[in-house]
Amino acid sequence: MTDPVAYGIAVLAVLVAGFAGWHVVKRREFGNPLFYAVSVLEVVLIVMLVGGSVALSQTSREVDGVLFISYLLTMVIIPPAAVVWGIAEKSRWGTGVVVVAMLTVAALSIRLLGIWEGIYA
Amino acid sequence: MPDRPDTSHGFGRVLVAVYAIFALAASARSIVQLITEVESDTVVPYVLSAFAGVVYVLATYALAVNRRRLALVTIGIELVGVITVGIVSLVDEELFPDQTVWSDFGRGYLFIPLVLPFVGLWWLRRTSGPEQE
Repeated sequence: MTDPVAYGIAVLAVLVAGFAGWHVVKRREFGNPLFYAVSVLEVVLIVMLVGGSVALSQTSREVDGVLFISYLLTMVIIPPAAVVWGIAEKSRWGTGVVVVAMLTVAALSIRLLGIWEGIYA
Repeated sequence: MPDRPDTSHGFGRVLVAVYAIFALAASARSIVQLITEVESDTVVPYVLSAFAGVVYVLATYALAVNRRRLALVTIGIELVGVITVGIVSLVDEELFPDQTVWSDFGRGYLFIPLVLPFVGLWWLRRTSGPEQE
């Protein structure tokens, strides 16, 4: 768990948020390209969950383990939940849900770094 | 929009999503705090975190299933809560040694907790009455 990982995920999430935001502005329906973009992020987050868990078990840092893992799990759950909630909405706001979700993932990623470094301990 | 406006459709879809995230954030924070950090002399922020969590969960549910009265009450409590706690946490820092979602008007959450109830009330007003769009 390092700065590039956390910021990398945050940047990726913000990019997907931007793509979803473009859908909102252009009134595009939730389509395959956006689905793939969210999927890529989801795969990264799952890798992050596994990698983060391994790193947690091996680190000598004073990391709040429960908080750390709960953040990782929340980040994995949010994208599919947003897709399910958003795809059922046939107006432009369906993709708006994805914007909110992606920005949340970005924020959680930055906070996760803080937890890893013990800032909120 | 259908003839009968529903609080969970259109823009409401996004609003429910934001409320759901804050329901999760507030209640999860509260559970973690209650398990790990409560000491007898610092009970105020933890009770408030738990209360805020319940309010957000109820507001999310109310908006998602179009229960307007419950939505109005919970969003009203949320508005009063964030402003009261915001003021008190600035005036009396000792009462709040630990953060809640409403501390400092929700600064730790980009002030979204301060803006959210206004958006929620606007949305309830906007979707009220079948004659509106």
